[in-house]
Formats: sequence, C-alpha cells, structure tokens
Amino acid sequence: MWMFEIPPFVPFFIGAVVILFTRGILRSAIMIAIPVVGAIHLWMVPDGLSFQLSFLDYQLMPYRVDKLSLMFGYVFHIAAFIAIVYSLHIRDTMQQVAAMLYAGSALGAVFAGDLLTLFVFWELLAFTSVFLIWARRTERSYAAGMRYLIIQVLSGVILLAGALFYGAENGSLEFGKIGLEGMAGWLIFIAFGIKCAFPILHNWLTDAYPEATVTGTVFLSAFTTKVAVYALARGYPGTELLVYIGAAMTCFPIFFAVIENDLRRVLAYSLINQVGFMVVGIGIGTALAINGAIAHAFNDVIFKGLLFMSMGAVLHMTGRINGSDLGGLYKTMPKTTVLCIVGAASISAFPLFSGFVSKSMVMSAALENGFDWIWLMLLFASAGVFHHAGIKIPYFAFFAHDSGIRASDPPANMLIAMLIAACLCIGIGVYPSVLYALLPYDTGYNPYDATHVLAQTQLLFFSALAFVWLNLKGMYPPELRSVVLDADWLYRRMFPTVFQNLFSVIHKADNGLRRAFLVRLEKRLDNLAVRHERLSGLLSRNHPVGSMVMWVAVILATYLFLSFFR
Amino acid sequence: MNNKKINDDKKYLFDNPQNIKRVLYALYGCCLILFGLDFVINRHIYHSWENIWGFYPIYGFVGCVVLVLVATWMRHFLMRPEDYYDSEEEKDKLKTGGHDVDV
Repeated sequence: MWMFEIPPFVPFFIGAVVILFTRGILRSAIMIAIPVVGAIHLWMVPDGLSFQLSFLDYQLMPYRVDKLSLMFGYVFHIAAFIAIVYSLHIRDTMQQVAAMLYAGSALGAVFAGDLLTLFVFWELLAFTSVFLIWARRTERSYAAGMRYLIIQVLSGVILLAGALFYGAENGSLEFGKIGLEGMAGWLIFIAFGIKCAFPILHNWLTDAYPEATVTGTVFLSAFTTKVAVYALARGYPGTELLVYIGAAMTCFPIFFAVIENDLRRVLAYSLINQVGFMVVGIGIGTALAINGAIAHAFNDVIFKGLLFMSMGAVLHMTGRINGSDLGGLYKTMPKTTVLCIVGAASISAFPLFSGFVSKSMVMSAALENGFDWIWLMLLFASAGVFHHAGIKIPYFAFFAHDSGIRASDPPANMLIAMLIAACLCIGIGVYPSVLYALLPYDTGYNPYDATHVLAQTQLLFFSALAFVWLNLKGMYPPELRSVVLDADWLYRRMFPTVFQNLFSVIHKADNGLRRAFLVRLEKRLDNLAVRHERLSGLLSRNHPVGSMVMWVAVILATYLFLSFFR
Repeated sequence: MNNKKINDDKKYLFDNPQNIKRVLYALYGCCLILFGLDFVINRHIYHSWENIWGFYPIYGFVGCVVLVLVATWMRHFLMRPEDYYDSEEEKDKLKTGGHDVDV
C-alpha cells in the first residue's frame, strides 16, 4: 500500500510547517495528533520494508524497516507524545517547531538504511535540538548551546568522512554491521561515540541539557543519545571495546552525580550511566545482551523522561533547581512527589518497575559471557544509580530540610504527561512480556525468578541503608552552591587559557623581533648615509665642480678609446 | 511563579519526628528480613562470589559508602565557585541578586 511507503519522519516535518501557521487550540490539537497518527501508521508497517533510490554512483536506502529500527521508532513516538503533552502550556513557536523537527529527525535517523541518509538526519538532530537550549534565552544557555552545536556538528562531519571512506572501501553505503576494521570503521565509531557520550566526549550532555528549557530537556533526553545507541547496535554489535567503554560510562558519572548541586545535571550524569548499560550490552553482542540493551534504551527513554519532567515541574513551579535551594516540597507538590518516586524506582531497577526487566538482561549476559569484573562494575553502578537518582533526586527536592517554598503541583498537562510515563514504567515492569515481544531476538528470558529479585532487592535496600547511615552520621556531602570540574574544563578553561597565553607570548616575541630588526635596519641605513653623504660621496647632495670636470674627462677618454676599434 | 515563603502552621506528614522514625524502622526491618532470606531461598549461583554469605547486601552497602566517601574527597580538587565559568557581566548579575532561572 502506498501509505506504508511514507517514512515516519514525514508527518513530523509536515506538522512542524503546519504548526508554524496555526495558533492556540488548533496548534495543540495538531501537535498531539501527529505522534498518535504516526504511531498507528508505524504499527501497521510491515517488517522488512525498504525503499531505494540511486544518487550519483551509490544505491541509497532512505527508508528501511526492521525489528531493531521499529523498536526505536515505537519508543520515539511514545516519547514525542509524552513530551508534547508535557509542553502543551508553552506559547513559544520556536520551541514547538524545533521540537517537532527534532523528533522527526530522530525517526529519520533510525529508519535510515544508508550512511549518507543517516548523516543528513544526524546533522538535523543537532541543528533542530539546539533551539530547545537557546529557547531558554539566557546568556548561559546561549553559550552552552553553542558548545553543544559545535561538538554535535563535529560528530556529523566525522561521520561524513567515515561514510565516504566506507563507500570507497566497500563500494556501498548500506548501513549494516561496520566493525572496527580500517579507517572508516574508526571514524564512524568516534562519530557515534561523541553522540553516545563516551567518557571524555560526554560533556556536551552534562553541559547543555541542564541549560535547556523545562520542556526542551524532556525532548533532548529522549532522542539524541538513543539514536546513537541504535547506531552502535546496528554498526558495532559484539565489539569488545564497547564493553569496557560502557562499563566506564556506568561508573564514573555516579561520582559526579553525588556532588552535583543542579538536580537536572545530576539526571544528565545518570543518563550517561544508563547509556553505559546499553553500550555494555551492545559490546557483549549475544542475543540476550542486545535485547537487554535495546529494551533498556526503550525503558530509559520513558523513566528518564519522567524524572526530567518531575524536575522540570519543580523548576517551573519554584524557579529553582539547585538541591541547596530546595527541600520539603512534598508538602505542597504531593502528586509530583509520587510520580518522581515512580521514576526513581524505575531507574533504580526495583522489581515491578521497568528498569528491572531490562537492566537484569544486560547483567545476566555479562555474567554468562565471563565478564566478571565488568559485572562487578555494573553491580556497583546499579547501587550507585539508586543512590544518586533513586534517593538523592527525590530526597533533596521533596524531603530533606524544609526550604520554606510552598509551590503547588504543576499544570494539569504536565501532570498528565508524567502520569502516562509513570503508568508505562509500572506497566512494563509488571508485564515485561509485552516489551519482550517487540525485541529483535526471542531468548525466553524471565526476569522474575527468586534469584534476580532477591539479589536486586538486597542490593537496593542496603544501598538505602548506606544512605541513611551516612546521613545520620553527618558524613553525606551537603548540597553546596558550586561548579564541579569535569572534562569540559579542558575546552572551557585550559585550552582558552593556554592559547591566550601562547598567543600573547607569540605576539610579544613577534613584536620584539620586528622592533629589533627595525632598529638594526635603521642603524645600517644611518651608517650608509653617513658614509656616503660626504662631499662627492654616493648619496651626497652637493658635488664639487672638480669632480664633474673629472667625469667629463673620463667620458671623453672613453670615447677616444672606443674610436680606436672602428 | 508562586513560590511564596510562608510560615504556615499546618503540620505535614514528616513534621512529626515520630513518622520519620517509623519509616526508618520499616527500612531496618526490610533489610533484616532480606538478609535473613539469604538463608532460606535457594538461589541459582552463576558466579562463585555469590556464594559469599550476604554478598549482595554487603556489596551494596560498602559500594555506596565508598562511592560517597570518594565523591566527597573529589570535592577537594574539583569544586569551584558557582560563577567559575561565567563571563564578567554574568558575575555582576549574580552579585546584584538576579537569578538566572526562568520558565
């Protein structure tokens, strides 16, 4: 049917144009309708559909459907729907149009069948999402958005270079398994790695997301990193290097999250930690591990969205987001509190919540394939994520000391969006088979056996006990107004300082050299002038009559001499 | 924005220290029961470390304490004033009391 041939990004791009010319309720209705219609359409699209065209010498495949891309397609529609409901109260055309285009670009990227199409949507993701950061309209958000855009575009340029190498090496641009062989493999790997927030390349995320608008962050948290996870799952399954990179990603952000004051930045760090679990799963590469990675990406979009929404609600209602300024909000924001706790329980992977049914797959796969130390790191990261995202976020925002702020629950649309996400978190946690049926492989995995449930519950409860003990002993680090240095210090402070100093040294040296040269030159010229300025010298202005007579005599003598040769 | 600071006299759930104690006792109780279940439930062992008595509870507790202590220690050399990265104009704005948080 012709209808199936419409790629899923098209409704979002058309929608973006339409909402540009509509206002009020009509615009809201169109914005809600697009993900709903898109999802119904996607539900009917058959697995294995593709669409090809020729461009220059290459066969391109701008639209390709398989189980892997469908999975991300579904969750992107859910995420777009929830985020749109959450942002219905906004009256900001720039943000709304950017959000639509951004969601569409993410869909375009996961259904791209060749590297050139992927590159186009890869760059579109960057250019559309940066407006969600700039829409905050503060000096900080402008600067953070600029840094974000430069890094994202850099990732795209590296991807393009990699794609061209890949085309030259293989004679085809089809996006399938790439692997780390050759120049192309490494370039594309680095491009994916930047968007996936690999360690040291991760700071665009923790820098920009907390500076975006309340609603913008909810969109941002869903798409960019998950597109990168999708791309890694397609291009690099079973690449062992990813296991170690992923394990590092699960562990290092939790230390920063514990001492970070901005609660949305805490969530940004925990986003890297969760993506780390997915990267480990892709690196292991068995059917169970890949399933786990994809299922976790699916769940993470929803529960991380829920957490960002609840912190967004706090920021929206109180105007504050630093842990040091908040506290005691459960008194007047009870609904937000409960919904936030559902998100916190999901990300901590409590049994009966969505995180549990997917994270345990990656952990089991790590153990089954002999990655013992990696498994221990993941276990530590699981305890850690409960510590900072599961306890710290709700505790410092809604409980802890009473800040005296008495803000009410947010507007109904925000609450409804959070409620939908919370229901999905619990629904998937209780009926994981619904999620498992959509996964690319059938592994017959069951998360709810006594071993898993007991182990996970013990781990979590004793982590909570550690939190209580540290707090009662006064050893828990208090929330302080501060900036915590991370790798972004390199390009925000060190490089500018080094280059400034370097240039000022070069400038000084250059100035000195020029001056020294000029002084010498002047001296030489003076010297020359003095030497030749005397009477009848080379540069003299006055010549005595005698020397003229002498020269006339010389000329005449020359004539005489020449005349002998006639 | 409706963040009014008011000294309301209304008593909320956790204004009563007794309720905080109840929550804590419930947590201690759960921990005790979970620890006890280790002896009752026969779990599949995938790895020899899991045979260690109380492996998961101890790992969770020790892991979190180490996490927090290391993070606190990291503050000594990673923490900077809040306006560390701000431009000079932005610093002045903060000094005059302007808050950069908006909707």
